[in-house]
Amino acid sequence: MTQQDTLTGAEILLKALVDQGVEVIFGYPGGAVLPIYDELFKQNRLRHILVRHEQAAVHAAEGYARSTGKVGCVLVTSGPGATNTVTGLADALCDSIPLVCLTGQVPTNLIGNDAFQEADITGITRPCTKHNYLVKDVNNLAKTIHEAFHVARSGRPGPVLVDLPKDVVQAKGEYSAAAKLKTKYKPQVKGDLKAIEKAVEIIAAAKRPIVYAGGGVVNSGPAACQLLTQFVRMTGFPCTLTLMGLGALPGSDPLFLGMLGMHGTVEANMAMHDCDVMINVGARFDDRVTGRLNAFAPHSTKIHIDVDPSSINKNVAVDLAIVGDAAHVLEDLIKVWKAKQARVDAKALNKWWTQINAWQSMDCLRFEKSSKLIKPQYAIRRLYELTKDRNPYICTEVGQHQMWAAQHLKFEQPNHWMTSGGLGTMGYGLPSAMGVQVAHPDALVIDIAGEASIQMNIQELATLCQHRLPVKIFILNNQYLGMVRQWQELIHGGRYSESHMDVHPDFVKLADAYGAVGLRTDKPSELDDLIREMIAVDRPVICDVRTDASENCYPMIMPGMAHNEMVLGPEDRSADKPGSEEDGMVLV
Amino acid sequence: MTKPVEEIARHTIAVLVDNEAGVLARVIGLFSGRGYNIDSLTVAEVDPRENLSRITVVTSGTRMIVEQIKNQLRRLVPVHKVSDLTLEGPHVARELALVKVACTGDKRMESVQIAGIFRARTVDATNESFIFEVVGATDKVDAFIKLMEPLGLVEVSRTGAVAIARGGNPL
Repeated sequence: MTQQDTLTGAEILLKALVDQGVEVIFGYPGGAVLPIYDELFKQNRLRHILVRHEQAAVHAAEGYARSTGKVGCVLVTSGPGATNTVTGLADALCDSIPLVCLTGQVPTNLIGNDAFQEADITGITRPCTKHNYLVKDVNNLAKTIHEAFHVARSGRPGPVLVDLPKDVVQAKGEYSAAAKLKTKYKPQVKGDLKAIEKAVEIIAAAKRPIVYAGGGVVNSGPAACQLLTQFVRMTGFPCTLTLMGLGALPGSDPLFLGMLGMHGTVEANMAMHDCDVMINVGARFDDRVTGRLNAFAPHSTKIHIDVDPSSINKNVAVDLAIVGDAAHVLEDLIKVWKAKQARVDAKALNKWWTQINAWQSMDCLRFEKSSKLIKPQYAIRRLYELTKDRNPYICTEVGQHQMWAAQHLKFEQPNHWMTSGGLGTMGYGLPSAMGVQVAHPDALVIDIAGEASIQMNIQELATLCQHRLPVKIFILNNQYLGMVRQWQELIHGGRYSESHMDVHPDFVKLADAYGAVGLRTDKPSELDDLIREMIAVDRPVICDVRTDASENCYPMIMPGMAHNEMVLGPEDRSADKPGSEEDGMVLV
Repeated sequence: MTKPVEEIARHTIAVLVDNEAGVLARVIGLFSGRGYNIDSLTVAEVDPRENLSRITVVTSGTRMIVEQIKNQLRRLVPVHKVSDLTLEGPHVARELALVKVACTGDKRMESVQIAGIFRARTVDATNESFIFEVVGATDKVDAFIKLMEPLGLVEVSRTGAVAIARGGNPL
């Protein structure tokens, strides 16, 4: 090794990031990462977005990753900088978002000494990352970074953390290129052909089929979404999508039944319950989707396509499992279908659609119109109508507004919908929108928020202004933790324990204080103008839309109930039925 | 609708892992985080050249849970192979226990006799005590300890089971 071949750890790190195709890092400096920030200062290939809180850096990287399909990258310091990323990492793990989070660490000789700003971050994040590393030797640094990106994006994607002691990034060592990486981590992506042939047989014999697709299709990439659409149109089967899967099939497609699950449509949930063949592509039978397990699609033959073997037979026992990436398996499935000249049972399918059309005619997402109060559903629908031509990217926080957005917006393409599905992280939307806007500077990026969620990462308004990211924040302000209030009303006898906030900031003044633009209305008649102005302004905007505080999100499957036991609205007496407990489990 | 109660069975699972920092914490954290049982767990390096360690974990659960445990283990990046020895044919399982017994007189004689029956070795002796080393399947070790209880059992240290499939094939 000659003198010219050796680089400092910080130089090796940045070289490896560039080698991995990283363009943007979301981060926050501090003592342990100063050598890395010094190196960042000297170059211009990597853009750094300075956030105001490390949690937001992770959510921003998530938004970046979800809207581009690339791996998001985060850089924070040791101790509190690192521990602040935990919620974001847990969020990315639940929703299978590929991230690499670089954390500073105290020098190796101080590890375990309770040194200043020391935290055992590999220990802390072991259960909330896909994998993590502590680099102890500068000569392993490049290889570790390359492997971290490989692990983050391969198989079922997820967050990977790399802990970097300060002496390691200051030491000199040798770089090794990404192409030289030898790794044993190679998840299975091709599905078993025998199983796929069996699937074709089951699908051809189906009388009441349904396709139930999820985030795995979106994560697999646009090709998988096209193949899903091709498969659904080829068979004429009804298709429902999970919260994570929205956009995998165009929202306007007549074969799309809407989202399923706790706040899914009647047609989607009833079709799931009554189906005889269920084709699950990249979804994980989450409890918010299945409702009561022993009444879940009781008369169905279930096919499950998933890249993660541990998702199979976890919650629901299936009849045919195909382990593989959605795109590969769907491609083979369509090939085998055509090669066998398989035909669907058209007569039975017609009858099934007649039944589904009857459910659709119930118009389960209808709501009372009001000329005095802004109904939250109305606000979302107007937002959709006035922005859909611009193909916006939509992020959300967590709660009622999130469910209304999922119900009333239509997504024609994947990667345009960023929401915290698995972990349900309030405060996800604003930083996530920030990351989306960084990746798509000219696009319309909207964060649909509640007035409570938005305050969990409100400090990022400063980041938006500093980096000129014109994110539009559309707050449905009902003065309540809306979903908590809804559950208290329906399940806890109307005792609104700590779900009302008496004090909120004046969001218009707050926007002004940060250098953003604030708009407000409480009148349905002014709403369209407010949305038009929001779009027209080329700066970050907060819209404080005062909505009807008493509105609940329907349809709803109460906890412990089944798909065919939905509550359709306040007039529906089945809301009085108590949720049951199963196997002594408390149902949440 | 009542579900049929699924039978809980004990499984011995062999796991081949990279011998690196934190790998045991990953495996144990998986079991505690997801609420799986660990009846015993042993680990040691078995291939220094390839830098591999072998974990033998004895767990119990329903068929679906045991299937989950294996799939979750396979998902860990440093895990190379997971084999359910209980399902995958005949295997040999052994554990070693050190059993300290303090007694005098007739009990002393009886403890030595029982140790002989179990082919336990006496690895330490004083005028008032013995330490026996007993090797065998878990139930044999259990039986030996149970017999020592009335004879003045003081303490026990067990390795937990190590296991390997019969026949010529590797894991």
